[in-house]
Amino acid sequence: MRIRETWFRVGTGLFGLVLVLIVVGIGFELSRQSLLSIQKFGFSFWRTGTWDPVSGEFGALPFIWGTLYSSILALVIATPVALGIAIFIAELCPAGLRQPLVFLTELLAAIPSIVYGLWGIFVLVPIVRSLEVWTPPALRQLPFFSGPPLGVGILSAALILAIMVIPFTSSVAREVLRSVPAAQREGAYALGATRFEAIHATLFYARTGIIGAIMLGFGRALGETMAVTMVIGNSPRISLSLFTPQYTMAAVIANEFTEAADELYLDALIEIGLVLFIITLIVNLLSRLLIWSMANTGRRSRADAIGVEAAA
Amino acid sequence: MNRTTWRKLLSSLFVTFCALSVLIALVPLALILFYVISRGVQALNVDFFTHVPRPVGESGGGMANAIVGTVILVGLGSIMAVPIGILSGVYMSEYAGSRFAAVIRFAADTLNGVPSIVIGVFAYGIAVLPFKQFSAVAGGLALGIMMIPVMARTTEELLLLVPGTMREGALALGATRARAVFTVVLPAALPGIITGVMLALARIAGETAPLLFTSFNNRYFTTKLNQPISSLTVQVFTYAISPYADWHRQAWAGALVLVTIVLVCSLLARLATRRLEAMHVR
Repeated sequence: MRIRETWFRVGTGLFGLVLVLIVVGIGFELSRQSLLSIQKFGFSFWRTGTWDPVSGEFGALPFIWGTLYSSILALVIATPVALGIAIFIAELCPAGLRQPLVFLTELLAAIPSIVYGLWGIFVLVPIVRSLEVWTPPALRQLPFFSGPPLGVGILSAALILAIMVIPFTSSVAREVLRSVPAAQREGAYALGATRFEAIHATLFYARTGIIGAIMLGFGRALGETMAVTMVIGNSPRISLSLFTPQYTMAAVIANEFTEAADELYLDALIEIGLVLFIITLIVNLLSRLLIWSMANTGRRSRADAIGVEAAA
Repeated sequence: MNRTTWRKLLSSLFVTFCALSVLIALVPLALILFYVISRGVQALNVDFFTHVPRPVGESGGGMANAIVGTVILVGLGSIMAVPIGILSGVYMSEYAGSRFAAVIRFAADTLNGVPSIVIGVFAYGIAVLPFKQFSAVAGGLALGIMMIPVMARTTEELLLLVPGTMREGALALGATRARAVFTVVLPAALPGIITGVMLALARIAGETAPLLFTSFNNRYFTTKLNQPISSLTVQVFTYAISPYADWHRQAWAGALVLVTIVLVCSLLARLATRRLEAMHVR
């Protein structure tokens, strides 16, 4: 009897071990495969900007720049909208509207990345192009709006990323808001707060979880591949201008991996994958830590938090 | 302006902003669905499902090979991911407090956040490079890796939903833990587990990035597992970035088929959850 119990535990545990091994294996395999590039370039790989497969020179700075720039812009666009949606669904909307709205935002998350990309190429990019053409010359003097109006570029990428990130951030933020004790809101209303002030108090209480939700969206944006590849223009350069075609880490892997003829080229691409893996790992870890700590404070110090809020 | 009026104004402005942001998100959703449906319906015909791609320059043809390819790839992924996902989910719920369960949970959440392109690179390293051959198996492996964490986490959550009294009843009758799990708890959670499978399928059926350099693409019809194979997503990508109008048309048709598959899976998942919830109310 005892032995059978042990077998069951070991048997199911082994399947769980597979999961753990995959995660460890990804880190190990990617480091092993990119050894050549790590040894040859060291840290200068991440500090130089020349990407010339023909002469065997590889610097990944433009890809880091493009990834961070497009993701941060996407976050700036998506965060207010995503939080607005979360607040509307969790706090404001009539009960009957809640389920349909949740369903619709989930639908936005379910649409495959490649479909976003297709739509991006044929619908969004032409719209962005005409927006760029219409930009007044005075604005064009600014570094943010310089360059020819091509349509493909950072702006299109950031917009499409923002649309894709909104459902993730808003659904996590919604859960976080739901975990805020009702006493928090009721207390604020009892003190004569308006709706905005009551929600403000709720948001303040939930701030760690909300930041976690935003970071989770950031992690998604960093790793998003197809849609970005199709609209960003795929040109390795570092520029502040929203109109210039740039490149991201995920996009360069997607585009050049099968073309990488020599070993060094392939290893350089795999090293980019390794770093992308590490960055998303850290961002996801931090966001989960924040959301988790929020869920715990919710249980632990309800009374304290209300005391603090009332004083503030 | 007096302070109360100001506060009220601010409050209603805020409420308006929140309602507006819902609209802001629904506009792209409506636009995407509108374009995919209208352009897709125009381009979709019987040939799309029964023919393979024509050579460059000739119009017509379809994506029969890609549809079969997607089914094969998703099937391979499921064969690998469903047992691993379900059984590790069983471990996490049965030994919920244990340290190893926490490690698995952590690994699952981590894996869930790994970009799909990175999974593709990993699958390339272990299943393409050693054999010097793009293959359906490598693509299925990449998709399977993406499915596992979704399966594991949903199974865990749904097993925890099964009333403890059912498990205890089985144990009280002298069943071993394994028997209690496999004959009582898992069957009770079955609709939920089907939900998990459906959600995972919906997620991987639309994946492109992990297939680009694992299963690659193939212009011809094939069911060989050790050969490069076409998939709907990679085919849509190839056509979308091509310069030919007829290929663009077919890309939209492919997108419509993809969105339909994903929606059907999500709807089935929803139905299954509803059944599970109904069971619990009883």
